[in-house]
Amino acid sequence: MVKMIILVVAYLILAPVIGGLLAGIDRVLSARLQGRQGPPVLQPFYDFFKLLEKEPITVNNVQDFYVTCFLLFVIVTGCFFFAGLDLLLVIFTLTLASVFLIIAAFSTNSAYPQLGAERELLQMMAYEPMVLITAVGFYIFSGSFAVADIVSGDKMAFPYMIGIFAGFVFILTIKFRKSPFDLSMSHHAHQELVAGLKTEFSGKTLAMIEIAHWYENVFLLGFIFLFFANGTIAGTIIGAVVCLVTYFFETFIDNNFARMKWNVAINASWLVAITLGMVNIVVLYFM
Amino acid sequence: MSYVTKSPWVIHYDGSSCNGCDIEVLACLTPMYDVERFGIINTGNPKHADIFLVTGSVNEQNKSVVKQIYEQMPEPKVVVAIGICANNGGIFRECYNVMGGVDTVIPVDVYVPGCAARPEAIIDGVVKGLGVLAEKRAAMDGKTEAPQTAGKEEA
Ligand code: SF4
Repeated sequence: MVKMIILVVAYLILAPVIGGLLAGIDRVLSARLQGRQGPPVLQPFYDFFKLLEKEPITVNNVQDFYVTCFLLFVIVTGCFFFAGLDLLLVIFTLTLASVFLIIAAFSTNSAYPQLGAERELLQMMAYEPMVLITAVGFYIFSGSFAVADIVSGDKMAFPYMIGIFAGFVFILTIKFRKSPFDLSMSHHAHQELVAGLKTEFSGKTLAMIEIAHWYENVFLLGFIFLFFANGTIAGTIIGAVVCLVTYFFETFIDNNFARMKWNVAINASWLVAITLGMVNIVVLYFM
Repeated sequence: MSYVTKSPWVIHYDGSSCNGCDIEVLACLTPMYDVERFGIINTGNPKHADIFLVTGSVNEQNKSVVKQIYEQMPEPKVVVAIGICANNGGIFRECYNVMGGVDTVIPVDVYVPGCAARPEAIIDGVVKGLGVLAEKRAAMDGKTEAPQTAGKEEA
């Protein structure tokens, strides 16, 4: 119980710090990959505090409420996860959070966010099957949906769930909002969607979306960690290293691919879910 | 210290011009000049922008566009007019539909002369703009007077 509280409090305090730092290193790394010097590592924090200083502009008053709910439920998702609760509960709370963001975008009544929101729905459709397969895989492997039980199991899940791991890394590209699948919130200027989902959000509201994104990233890396945790120090270290490698691998992918259309995103991620994910589940089942 | 000077996001609009200055602005984003070193991002979305870079002069057709972009930007915001066209109309000044520089439509904080303005001059102009941005931010808290706009600084 005490351990659970410590983990949740650590998540609440450290996740934005780690998430922001990762985002900063990500930007420097991207710049270096493009032959540029890049911003300071702390740049995402400067951006965040700047956004807090800006004049608040809202198109529709209710949008701030929805975005606050989005942030809240992303945090709650992470808390559930780090408290070691049910994996399915975690996944569906995250879905709830995403739905709040989509409603916020629709509530602005503006063309670009609505287009972005529609694409976000398609993205959800693309990654949800693989996320569920991951949860099912963990259940078959460890006999429990509870994160606490999975972490404390004495076998490392990774060797048994390589296919699921690969599939999960694949859909992480969508969740991290990286090219080739950054369909709903293109983070590069001069694209057909302006800023997609977040076009109408500025100042504090945008800052909330940023920090929610950092919370979400850390939580998703926690998922990666789950594949390696086996209760030993070695497992913990391997897990942490693989989390970092995965994150920067996504940066690398981001810089090497042009954006694809939504149907490619759906086809590819369903294909991955059916082949890598399903086959791995069947193998696990007979093991 | 205000964070607004550490993370200035820009939006760029090109009015009636030969596109020379337009290309010089984009050159600032390339590895050679890399303005992201200063935290500058080219957003393409007025609602996320702090600095409005205008190249080219204003005419009857794009007057409303320039105004609208300016109005959609949240305070504190700064306008940098780049190139002689944006400063006072330049070679297009005598055209029947051209109104002149950007300051005929919206208040301009920094003028960057040149035809075309060199990337170094543009970056210098933006950095000058940061000073104005910080003043405007302080004025928002009601501690100081708002800085005067048009005719303020020459980069
Ligand atoms: S100032 Fe010169 S280079 Fe720049 S847009 Fe005007 S004519 Fe072209």
